[in-house]
Amino acid sequence: MARMKFLCDADRCIECNACVTACKNENEVPWGVNRRRVVTINDGKPGERSISMACMHCTDAPCMAVCPVDCFYNTADGVVLHNKDLCIGCGYCFYACPFGAPQYPKVGNFGSRGKMDKCTYCSGGPEADLSPAEFQKYGSNRLAEGKLPLCAEMCSTKSLLAGDGDIIAQIYKERVVKRGYGSGAWGWQTAYKETIAI
Amino acid sequence: MRLGAHFRLLVTGLLLSFAVAFAAPVSAQQVNPTADSVREQQFLDALKGNPSAELQGRITIPDQKAATLERPAGRDWRAFHQGTMLRIAAIAVLGTLVALVAFYLIRGRIQTEGGPSGRAITRFNAFERFMHWLTAACFIVLALSGLNVTFGKHLLLPLIGPQAFTNISVVAKWAHNYLAWPFMVGIAMMFVVWIKDNIPGMTDLRWFAAGGGIVGKGHPPAKRFNGGQKIVFWSVVLGGGALSVSGFYLLFPFYAGGVLNLQFWNVVHGIVSVLMVAMILGHIYIGTIGMEGAFDAMGSGEVDLNWAKAHHSLWVEEELQKGHVSGGPKLQPAE
Repeated sequence: MARMKFLCDADRCIECNACVTACKNENEVPWGVNRRRVVTINDGKPGERSISMACMHCTDAPCMAVCPVDCFYNTADGVVLHNKDLCIGCGYCFYACPFGAPQYPKVGNFGSRGKMDKCTYCSGGPEADLSPAEFQKYGSNRLAEGKLPLCAEMCSTKSLLAGDGDIIAQIYKERVVKRGYGSGAWGWQTAYKETIAI
Repeated sequence: MRLGAHFRLLVTGLLLSFAVAFAAPVSAQQVNPTADSVREQQFLDALKGNPSAELQGRITIPDQKAATLERPAGRDWRAFHQGTMLRIAAIAVLGTLVALVAFYLIRGRIQTEGGPSGRAITRFNAFERFMHWLTAACFIVLALSGLNVTFGKHLLLPLIGPQAFTNISVVAKWAHNYLAWPFMVGIAMMFVVWIKDNIPGMTDLRWFAAGGGIVGKGHPPAKRFNGGQKIVFWSVVLGGGALSVSGFYLLFPFYAGGVLNLQFWNVVHGIVSVLMVAMILGHIYIGTIGMEGAFDAMGSGEVDLNWAKAHHSLWVEEELQKGHVSGGPKLQPAE
């Protein structure tokens, strides 16, 4: 089985935000929620880099560990998904997430949160694959159609890579060797406790 | 000479053009546009020195909180919530229960010295009982729904299944969010009404030195509240205050700052609340099965005069002087 991961090659990212837009459109993400975002580090300074970031589908995911109702689960592809029918919107996964991935549509009084929403790696949720209920709650299930997440598939510079961790690591490694530099596999140490040795 | 001058000029010109032709690509190769590009490793190394730091950048979407790219501190909070918090809560709650059972088995129910007199004295008026039970009822629901967040998935979830557990937890969350407000009101009222009787003094030191009637025989003198009750009062006021402040920040996310602040207030809220639960367990024990006659103080508000004399001798003297003692068997005329 593949172990699905994201890898953003920051030396190729041109901060076009197309991944952000594609994600919002493909999954019909609610207003105010961004499953994917592009952050620019050292903006305006020499050597600035932009990184497209979403849920990294961590190994031993912190969100899964702290959830008080155990609504998270790992798919066979290593994707971290959650069950919105079980989520109580307590916000604990948001406290624990190193990437700020979980978000909550604001409903009701105080800071009361609706059910958490995050990147599903375009692989839906616990409902039947490609069912209307699944789309309504979680968005697209491209994995069930044999496709990769849309953000990575349509990245114009192929900066954002999605796929089996070993394969995308190999692609990144070859790029770094060929061009002679690389700013690192952003988030990999935090998410997977490993980095890509060049 | 002229020929020689021309030749020198030609050679110099050729050398110069060669120099320009070869030098240009060499210098272009030396300029590496990525030589000073930011590397993730630099930031991770920098973050190691300061575990509460975040890797932040600039973002174009309106939600500026999303500009945080990485926040490794989440790992520490996770370790706290899944490890330390569970241990502290288990030790505080179970330890207190075990201690209370052991105390009951050794000491038994504390009886009123001299038995009931039949005469009653008003200990708490209706308003005092109202604010006590308002706070108490809220606290019980808040404590159970709070413990559910920490222990529920380990204890309750395997018993009743995921969907039923979620249904309970959602109700518990709403109850926790809403009952927090009357709880805060109750704490504030108790603080205002009872502070005058809860100023620590020398009587309390002597009360503790004499064992407070728990260890040893006899009851040391006490005013309206004895040393132990003053500890409960100040723990409830200060602990309840800490829970109110931390809970307020958790109820209104990002009022306190970023996620790191939310993690901090969550730690405060968790630790203070289990310590409060432990203390209130002791309070409930001594107010019900632990001591004969004690529950009446908050039940009917009237306690037996002998009970009051035993536990709050100085207060009874004051009340008798004021003529506040009533009830009891009617005095028969001595005919």
